[in-house]
Amino acid sequence: MGLILDMIGGLLLVSGASFLLFGGLGLVRMPDIFNRIQAGAKTTTLGTLLTLAGAACLQPAWGLKLLLIGVFLIFTNPVSAQVLANAAHRRGTQKTPLTKVDHLAEDRGDKS
Amino acid sequence: MDKGKSSKWRDTAILFATLMLFWLMLEGKLEADILIVGTVVSLVIALLYRDGLSFFTEFRFTPAGIIAGFRYYGYFFKELFKSNFALAAIVLRPSLPIAPGIVKVRTKLKSRMGRLMLANSITLTPGTLTVEMEGEWLYIHCVTVASADIEAATAEIVSGFESYLEVMYG
Repeated sequence: MGLILDMIGGLLLVSGASFLLFGGLGLVRMPDIFNRIQAGAKTTTLGTLLTLAGAACLQPAWGLKLLLIGVFLIFTNPVSAQVLANAAHRRGTQKTPLTKVDHLAEDRGDKS
Repeated sequence: MDKGKSSKWRDTAILFATLMLFWLMLEGKLEADILIVGTVVSLVIALLYRDGLSFFTEFRFTPAGIIAGFRYYGYFFKELFKSNFALAAIVLRPSLPIAPGIVKVRTKLKSRMGRLMLANSITLTPGTLTVEMEGEWLYIHCVTVASADIEAATAEIVSGFESYLEVMYG
């Protein structure tokens, strides 16, 4: 039983770390701030959640606290991503030339 | 938002219970001194931030609301996995296939907490990020814009979560 739990925990830790790696790769490869935030927000959420779940399998006594960290993460991570994106857009940060539409800039009637 | 006096006290009580639950989960044991500290601090915070939002503010504690809550989280985690695989697929492709843009969508949700949860959920689902929210309008940044049409984008991005959140928060 302990061995199986250890193996599951290890697998979860590795998959969590892989998603974080993809997120890092996304930060480097994406062309502008909005796409980078997209890469960062999603992968850090799932990557960290899987890492926490893996840690909970390896150390069941920490389970409750890790669960609590996970809950806070789910609620705070997207909020920070939204605030960053909003601030960047208000400031008129350069968007990638690939951008097809921007309803927000149209509605604000400002520079794009 | 106009609220009756009783509903305000109800919000305060719910916030107090939520804070107390988190505190006890964090401490992991029931002892007199922990309970006293938790009660005092939770009470002060609950009274100071009674107009704020917390996990169960405006939540409908009805059987339908609770079932919708569980189904919402099931759907949420499914979407979170999908979004991560989708992102990994884009990032690992040498050609980096993206066509980003910011589209406008509309929500039917009325409650503050419902809208907050919707914006958060959209941010964590495949290729979408909430940039701005004005009343019932949400501005969503998409890695790949499927359609710049408001109705089509609303159906694609918002509807999935909205159906659950509508029952949970209204």
